[in-house]
Amino acid sequence: MSARVQNLLLPIAVVVVSTVALLFLAGTNPWDPIRFIIEGSIGWPPFEAGTASKIGDTVMVWVPIALASAGLIVTFNAGMWNIGIEGQIIVGAIAASWAARTISAPRPLLVFLTIVAGAIGGMLWGLLVGVLRTVGGVNEIFGGLGLDFVAVSITTYLIIGPWSRSGVASTSGTDIFPDAALLPSFGGTRLSPLAIVITLAAIGGVWILFRGTLYGLKLKAVGANRPSAFLMGIPTNRFLLGAFMICGALAGIAGTSQATGFHFKLIPAISGNYGFLAILVVLLARFRAFWVIPISFFFAMIAVGASQLDLRLDLSSTLGGVLQGTLVLSAMLGLGWAAYRARKHADAADSAAQDAAT
Amino acid sequence: MSLELRDIHKHYGPVRANDGISLTVAEGTLHGLLGENGAGKSTLMKVLSGFHSADSGEVVLDGKSIKLASPDDAIAAGIGMLHQDPLVFLPFNVIDNFVLGSPGGSRLDRKKAAQEFAELCDRYGFNIDPASPARLLTVGERQQLEIVRLLWLGARVLILDEPTTGISADQRSKLFVTLKALATEGMSVIFVSHKLEEVADLCERVTVMTRGKVVGEAEMPVPPEQLVKMMFGQAVEVKDRPAVDHGAAQLKLSDIRTASGMLSEEPVSLEVRAGEVVGLAGMEGSGQDAFLRICSGMRNPRSGSVQIAGTDLTGKNYRDFLAADVKYLPAGRLEEGLIEGLTITEHFVLAGEDRGFFVDWGKAKKRAEAQVDHFTIKGTEASTAESLSGGNQQRLLLAMLPPRLNVLLMEHPTRGLDIESADWVWEQLLARREVGTSIVFASADLDELLRYSDRILVFFSGRIIGELDAKATNVDEIGLLIGGRSVDSGAA
Repeated sequence: MSARVQNLLLPIAVVVVSTVALLFLAGTNPWDPIRFIIEGSIGWPPFEAGTASKIGDTVMVWVPIALASAGLIVTFNAGMWNIGIEGQIIVGAIAASWAARTISAPRPLLVFLTIVAGAIGGMLWGLLVGVLRTVGGVNEIFGGLGLDFVAVSITTYLIIGPWSRSGVASTSGTDIFPDAALLPSFGGTRLSPLAIVITLAAIGGVWILFRGTLYGLKLKAVGANRPSAFLMGIPTNRFLLGAFMICGALAGIAGTSQATGFHFKLIPAISGNYGFLAILVVLLARFRAFWVIPISFFFAMIAVGASQLDLRLDLSSTLGGVLQGTLVLSAMLGLGWAAYRARKHADAADSAAQDAAT
Repeated sequence: MSLELRDIHKHYGPVRANDGISLTVAEGTLHGLLGENGAGKSTLMKVLSGFHSADSGEVVLDGKSIKLASPDDAIAAGIGMLHQDPLVFLPFNVIDNFVLGSPGGSRLDRKKAAQEFAELCDRYGFNIDPASPARLLTVGERQQLEIVRLLWLGARVLILDEPTTGISADQRSKLFVTLKALATEGMSVIFVSHKLEEVADLCERVTVMTRGKVVGEAEMPVPPEQLVKMMFGQAVEVKDRPAVDHGAAQLKLSDIRTASGMLSEEPVSLEVRAGEVVGLAGMEGSGQDAFLRICSGMRNPRSGSVQIAGTDLTGKNYRDFLAADVKYLPAGRLEEGLIEGLTITEHFVLAGEDRGFFVDWGKAKKRAEAQVDHFTIKGTEASTAESLSGGNQQRLLLAMLPPRLNVLLMEHPTRGLDIESADWVWEQLLARREVGTSIVFASADLDELLRYSDRILVFFSGRIIGELDAKATNVDEIGLLIGGRSVDSGAA
């Protein structure tokens, strides 16, 4: 078993064991919630006939998490904690909503334009974090977090203000977008083949970026050691901005998918906190693009399935969050433990070599 | 309290920071510990103050061997360390800082502490308001606060790590008076510094460290040039090397002035011609690094102009200098040169001329293999930068240099390298003279400076105080200048 697989399976085992223990203490049959999460997200038995709608929902939750994760791999490689990803998703959703509400065009063109608008919105919001960081010296974590709140406020303002539903002042969201602006979906479900293709292309693109391109290598160099990269003649600030723009654009598409592919309108909690979830996904995937696909699907299953717990078991649906958090914490612990062992091992080898030399 | 260190070893990975250090500090003496940056002084003091534990060796206090597993142990044993940046919590007021490290439960008697604080301050002539917020204290006053605090905790050995960095001359003389007073009362003081004149002013005995080893000890006073010799080593006979005809001026500085610190008194003008090698001598931090940063475009002078190969680059940035074939290799190979986590192949790709979008890894790997072979780097093309030894890191850095260079600027080109690697490095560098590269390098090794330079510039406290012809000078002359004396006044 490779170390990589071990790093992934071990935390999952830990989280399952600890959750089972927790539920047992709470007096519930531990198997029930797990089954309900699976049933609520992909059906029980999985992929049974009649579960298409659930699966469609889960996939359309997977799309924004995976897109945001792909973007975060870029900023993480550049050495940046892009906590502002939430804001970038939100602004992407706002920009896509704007396009959906104002442009009238035939469906394929309008869908294309909403996606482009979302990408540009997210990109500019990401660029803003980058500019604050490189020009203003504002740490990207604080700048990003601040801009997250700004983005939320703008959404609320739009929903109760200029974009409010005709005659109603409500925080439930804007009017439903015209059909021509919605992501084309599959047979009465939310599942959008186009969204899946874009997501997979983004993950593949990020993989190629760091696997085969000079740009990706330079980004990695900037992230690993900025002074050295600068001395090598790499314009480090420009690369940092580039990383924020790429990540912002992908986050913006995630926001588009939320607006035009899941809720079909702009709602206050449009991001679904998927940006923050994506940070956990990327940490768990250890910044490798392909692992994002299964891990974010797993997270999407928990997110969708946990909503069943309230109804079926009288358990709080926040259990889903507890599961995700435990998973990441145990993964981090596992990695820390592995690093500690590696260091011990290296030290031992080192002193052995020294002893041999003397 | 007398203190003895016996055969202390401490290594970080392959780096032997302390390689069998033995040192005795008698009760009531001011003992200087002198050495260049990286000589291992700080490591030794961290071992002594319990910050790091030694790999092997023994600390003996008043004849008893003691175990130092943490700073707590050290202070309990009576060893107090005054760090280079005083450990003062700026948001707290003085008295809270004072009591912070005191042992014993949660009981806090501010009143009693304040009284004792006042007594101690009185005794040493310090004038610190106990209610003042610590952030309003000057660095000198913060040190005083730390000293008083350590005394209160019962320190009988006081270690000061480069205490004069960042304090005024006035505060410095006050500090020295205090330290002398403490020594008369029986305190053993270890004064760690790389500044010769301070050790000469203050200490009764001095130990000199180089490359993790003790290389000399002396009762003060001794002439500074003797200490310089201990620090930098005796020069061996300088071998002849093939001369190279010097071409046109590659690097031309005219009337350079900088705003802060360096070269403050008079503007500097200098020409370095193609194929010429100029060595920069001086104590670390005497202005050499600022000088190299100006030559490389990392930093702009306040006035004056910089020309590279006849083109005026004044006010341009580092990347413009790079485009003009100027390359700067700072001392920190892993900090400002190589990139941890990337392989040798990836380094060559980054340094290479390829400007395509995709990297041809097959080709890159072959090229890296050829370079590893050609530059005899011990490692493979897949080795990461941090897995290489210092010598091999330097080889990699040299291998990454572009084939054509007008000016090559280096800090400590052979620091930490074994003789074979050092010779090899210079072979490579001297070969570059043939194609007209000018080399400017800073070094702490007088032998290296004399052997390879055509000219030597000596820096002292931010100024160039001497320009010497390497063939016509000798270790003694350079030693005098490094210590801050001009040749004529040297006898005085």
